[in-house]
Formats: sequence, C-alpha cells, structure tokens
Amino acid sequence: MYKLLLCLRYLRTRWIALASIISVTLGVATLIVVNSVMQGFTGEMKNRIKGTISDLMLESCSLSGMYDFDAHAERIMQVAGDRIEALSPMVAIQAMLYLRNGENTIVMPVDLVGIDERTQSKVSDFGKFLQHPANRRAMSFLLHEDGYDVRDHQAGDEAPPREPMAGAGWKHRREMARFREFQEKYLQRRQPQSAPPPESSTPPLSAPTRDPFAGRLPEEEINRFDPAAEQHAGIVLGMAMASFRTSDGVDHFRVLPGDDVKLTTVTVGQPPKDTSDNFTIVDFYESKMSEYDSKFVFVPIRKLQKMRGMWDPTTGVGWINAIQIKLKPGADGEAVRDLLRAAFSPRDYVVSTWRDKQGALLSAVDMETRILNILLFMIIAVAGFGILAIFYMIVVEKTRDIGILKSLGASSRGVMGIFLGYGLSLGAVGSGAGLVIGLLFVRYINEIADFIAWATGQPVFDPSIYYFYEIPAVVLPWTVFWIVCGALAIAVLASILPARRAARLHPVEALRYE
Amino acid sequence: MSSSTGVRGQGPGTRGRRSEVKGQGTEVDYLVTSESRIPEPRTPNPESQIPKSPNPRTQDQLRATNIHKSYHKGPVEVPVLRGVDMEVRRGEFLSIVGQSGCGKSTLLHLLGTLDAPDRGEIHYDGRRIDNLPAAERDRLRNHQFGMIFQFYHLLPELNTLENVLAPLMIRHGTWSYLARRRQFKCKAKELLEMVGLGHRLKHRPRELSGGEMQRAAIARALVTKPCLLLADEPTGNLDTSTGEEIIHILRDLNDRRNLTIVMVTHDRSIARQADRIVRLVEGRIAE
Repeated sequence: MYKLLLCLRYLRTRWIALASIISVTLGVATLIVVNSVMQGFTGEMKNRIKGTISDLMLESCSLSGMYDFDAHAERIMQVAGDRIEALSPMVAIQAMLYLRNGENTIVMPVDLVGIDERTQSKVSDFGKFLQHPANRRAMSFLLHEDGYDVRDHQAGDEAPPREPMAGAGWKHRREMARFREFQEKYLQRRQPQSAPPPESSTPPLSAPTRDPFAGRLPEEEINRFDPAAEQHAGIVLGMAMASFRTSDGVDHFRVLPGDDVKLTTVTVGQPPKDTSDNFTIVDFYESKMSEYDSKFVFVPIRKLQKMRGMWDPTTGVGWINAIQIKLKPGADGEAVRDLLRAAFSPRDYVVSTWRDKQGALLSAVDMETRILNILLFMIIAVAGFGILAIFYMIVVEKTRDIGILKSLGASSRGVMGIFLGYGLSLGAVGSGAGLVIGLLFVRYINEIADFIAWATGQPVFDPSIYYFYEIPAVVLPWTVFWIVCGALAIAVLASILPARRAARLHPVEALRYE
Repeated sequence: MSSSTGVRGQGPGTRGRRSEVKGQGTEVDYLVTSESRIPEPRTPNPESQIPKSPNPRTQDQLRATNIHKSYHKGPVEVPVLRGVDMEVRRGEFLSIVGQSGCGKSTLLHLLGTLDAPDRGEIHYDGRRIDNLPAAERDRLRNHQFGMIFQFYHLLPELNTLENVLAPLMIRHGTWSYLARRRQFKCKAKELLEMVGLGHRLKHRPRELSGGEMQRAAIARALVTKPCLLLADEPTGNLDTSTGEEIIHILRDLNDRRNLTIVMVTHDRSIARQADRIVRLVEGRIAE
C-alpha cells in the first residue's frame, strides 16, 4: 500500500521527473503519427497496386505472344478453375502518344495496353478508376454524350471540382468539330490557292470508321469522316497525361474525352515496322498511382491486335501477351501461381503474383517504416537515459526517506518496488500523454498540415505529387499497443538501476544522510 | 538451527575462529553456532550469566552480549563499540547516556536491527535477532519495535495521518490495508489525539513545528503496538520545554502502558527521567 501511495505522491510532487517523461511522450506521439501515416500510404499504395494489376498474371516470353486466349483460358481453368474468378486477355506494348494541345502537339512515350473491355474490370479495379459513371458500371470504348464526373468520385468533397469535365463527351467533340470547320473555312478564305487536305482540321485521320473492328488494317478509305458524328476507336488515357495538377489541387486539362489522339507503335513482324492510328478519347483512367496514371493508355484489344498484326484474319483468333487472372476471395495466390508454373512451361511463360511484380516497391516502403521505427525508438531510449539520470537524483534526494521506510520495516524489495512502480507510472503518464497527442495529431493531421502550410507559406502536403487530396493515416491498434508497451518497458528498464541502488541502501547510512 | 548442534561447539570451524578472539569464556554459548548465518565469529562473553540453554528464560526483553562494531573509513577501521553488554528489562524506561560519538546511536541501531554487529549477539525475548535474514528483521522492526529519531524522520510527501499510518501500510498488503482502512485510521487518529496532534491530521511535516513532528513520530512508532520503543535523542533538536513535553509523553507511555523504552540521549537532565541509566564510555558500558 505504501508503495502505491508514495508512487502517486512522488508523481504529484516531483515535477522534474515529468520533464524527463516529455521525451517519452514526444517519442510515443511521433511513433504513432509516423506509423499511422506510413500505414496509410502503404495501404493506399497496396490498394492501388492491387487495383491496377490483377492478382496473377500469365505472361508470354515470346515477342509475338501466345496464340489463342480461349485455349489458354481453358487450360488455366483446368488447372485451378475452382480458385479463379475471372480471366482477361491483354496486349501490352510501348508506344508514342501524340496529343494536340492548342496548336502544339505533345509527344509522350506510353505503355499501350490492349484490353477486353467486357472482362477487364473483372480482373482488376480498372472500371472503378474511370470518370464516367456508365463506364464504371460497364466499360465501353464508345464516347458518351456527356455526364463525365465533375467531382473526383474517389476523393471526398474537399477535392476541387474539375469544371472542364462538365463539357466533355460528344458535346465537346461537336464543338471542336465546328471550331475546326470554322478555322478551316477561315484559312481557306485567307489562302485560296493552297488546297487544304480534307482532314486538316483534326489530327491526321486514317481510320474513319464508326466501328473500328470492321474492315481491314490499315484502312485507306477516303470515306468522308465526319468528326462531329463519328469517332475513332476509343482510348482511355491515364489522368496524368491528360491533365496536370497545380499545388492547390486544381486539375488543368490538356485534352478532354471527345478529343482525338494519335498513337504510334510497332508491329510484331521481323523486323518490326511502325504503325500509327487515330483514337478518340472516351475516358480517363485515374488510379492515383502517378506512375500508372502518367504511363498507361488503354485501347480495345482487337484494335491493337489488328494494328500490330497479332490477328489471324482467316480464323479470327488473335495473339495476346498476357492473361490477367482474378482469384476468388481467400484463394492463395502463391499456390495457384505454383500450379500454373507447373502447367505452363517456364521457357514460354512467366507466372507471377501482384506481390512478385510490385514486391520491391512494397518492401522498400516496409523497410523505410522499419528504419523509422528503429530511429524513433532510439529517441525513446535516449529519453530512457534521461529518466535514469533523473531517477538517480531522486533516489539520492530520497535517501533519508528510504532509511525511514526501512526503519519502519519496509523490505528492500518494497523500496525497490516503489521506484520501479514510480518508473512505470511515469512511463504510463508519458506514453499515455503521447498516445493522446499522437492520436489527436493523426485525427487532425490534415488540419495541422493546412495550418503549417498557412503559417509557413510552404505546402506541407502537395496533392500534385501524391495524387491524394488528403494525407492518408491509418491507426493500427496493435501497432499503438506495441509502441506504448515499448515506451513503458524503456521507462521501467531505466528505473531498474536507481531502484536497485535504493534497495541496497544501508538503512543506518540512509538515516544519517543529510 | 539447521546443522551442527554440537553442545560444546567444538566444530573444527569454530575453534580456529575462536583462537583469534580474546575472550576465553566457556564454550557454552556456542550452542547457537548453527543458527548463525553471518560469518563474524561470536565471542563468548566472559562474565555472561547466559544460562546453558539457547533459549534463555529471563525477564530481559532485550539483551546485547559483547557487541563490537567498527566503521570503515577507507582503509582505517574506527572502532565504535568495543564489547558492550547490556540488557533491557521488560517494562523499564532505560536511558543510555554518553558523549557525542561514543556510539550511543550505533548501539541503538544495532538493538533495532537496523545494522548488524561485527561481533556479539543480540537477543530479543530470548531469540537471537542480530543474524536473522533481512526479511525477518524487517518484520521484527515492523511488528515489535517502534523507533523515534532526533530528526523526527517523517516522510515529507505524506501528511501527519499518512505518516502515522505508514507502518501499517508497510505491514499490510494493499487489499488487506484497504479493507481495514477505517479501523486503522481510527487508531491513528486516537494516537494523534493522545500526543496532542488531533487538529493537525492533514498537515505536511514541513508545516509542523519540531515538537509536533516529534509527537507525530511517536504516534507513528506506537501505531503498530510495539513491545519496545527505541528513541534516539528524541529531544536533541528541541528546546528544553518542548523536550520536557516529549519526555513527559514517553514517561507516561512507560507508566500507563508499561511500554519498554530505550532512550539514547546526551542530556543528563533528560536521562534522569528514566528508571535506569546506562553510561556508554568509549564504546563500553561504564558502571
């Protein structure tokens, strides 16, 4: 009983000891904040990676790819059909993208992906990242009249609206066509001698068909293509290619759904030849992984197969580069991967899980978190030495009290218990305060970031870099538990030495101590 | 009493040790050899009247036999007690007088088991106590002895009432203390009333005067219902009239409750209040 009472009294009367515990408080608070933010980022990233790539991927090693998706799909289903939910074919190739931005043409290298729009959303979150509600429900490479999201549907209300998206779609396309027509006429009147090429208004057009899948490739029909009523094959552009974001979070668009772009890529022949075609933007893809959003463009797989000569016109069967596999919930990706590896010769095929593909990135983030944790725990350990020093002083100061307690019959263990208990309660107070501060900080992290940005004039969190409008933070109860336990353990460890000294004090000498 | 119970104490281990001891007394008291856990050789007391039983049945409550104690200051050994023999009878008020530095306080600490003698034995109620294990000695101090000191030695963080309750808190675990808290508090209050501090229950020691602090210390010493009160210069830090009051309280305790009191003082007029005076000169009892 006396231990408890004295612990509490010392806690209340020795303010200097609380000074030593502030470092524990700060350490605990920092650890909680850092872990929560890191967890938030990792979780967000994992979700996005998992959203952008499928659980499993069966890729062909050969340049021309694998022939016949259906045959491969059948084989895959034979091997592990009970654990597979969906399959989707894919053709992937590097390409050059030409964007018209005003009078300039922007060229950028892209990863061109041919997808089957009916199955693509089943194997990944592809559909969720699109900007038109109808496309999110059922993807289509046909341009919509209008109705593109003005508000970022993945962000909360704090995201600034994307005003230009209100006019996107056929509306925009017709307007642009009218504008180009006017421009053409104007130019004709100014320069009547030079006969302008018929398609000079829009980017050079060569596949003027409403249905891009019909007809041969390349098509050189001089059918009059009416840009106000017809579209090229659809293309989905990564958001970061179509727009750029300023640090106030506002997106500025270079192009909108309804605009035309041109792609150049290579055929599968030996040697590869270049092949180009026009596409009409039908939607934007925004996974919020800037790496993906600035690199990927999606086109219909049939169109790409035809462009690249990966299609056999006689049978109607094409070649593909990879099959994306979506597993049933709870299925073990690694086990299925190993099954498929056994079934498909490793000479021709590569089977990998999403973790295999993005493992390096995730483990890099994990390692960062670990190192930060170690460094921050060192801070708490430094605090531990502070506690040790101050405790030692308190024991010296309390020498006479220790003598008194012993003369009253308190055992050495009891005296030791007082100081260990004191250390524990200081640790508890310190880490408790740290816990509260840390959790409050995480709760109001965005407000705090805004405030600091306001006070210093420097943005703390730049949405143009991370493509989140808010700092993501996830508090894991177990992490918090272990942080608090660690801080308590350090406080107790630091009080062991002074407590032992107190316990070993000779009562007579302690009583004589002045 | 674990191993050698040789009546004559002629174990090979003891003989060698005894040869270095100047006392040549009977080997009888070596009956207690086995009990000893401390390595110091115990000197037989030449003029001892200790009966040949390990459990002497006398009316002496406390008996010190040939106590030696020295302090080490670096390599120098400073002898303080050089063979003290004394006994305290049940119910007496004994005062030990002597000049400063003659070892009075050391003797009192030894009697109160706060320290162990280098040589010699201390018996309490016929039971040897100087070589008990630490836990036993702690219990003894808590249950049997009450102590008061020149500098009062109250705990500054606790108020008067809590200071008085401290020995009970030490004796009882948290739960059993809390269960009987009310009863203990009544008792402590009663004692504080008795020493005239009924109105000072919630005051911290630093808010009390010296006399009040010493009275609180007396109340604290009495709260465990001790059989023996050890007082180390209880008036040493007080003016004469306050000291008189304290002595009066002690006298009263001795008279009314028949409490055995051993008081160390250098003040002869204070010492004269006791039933019996023992003078300590140069580490020995002077008759």
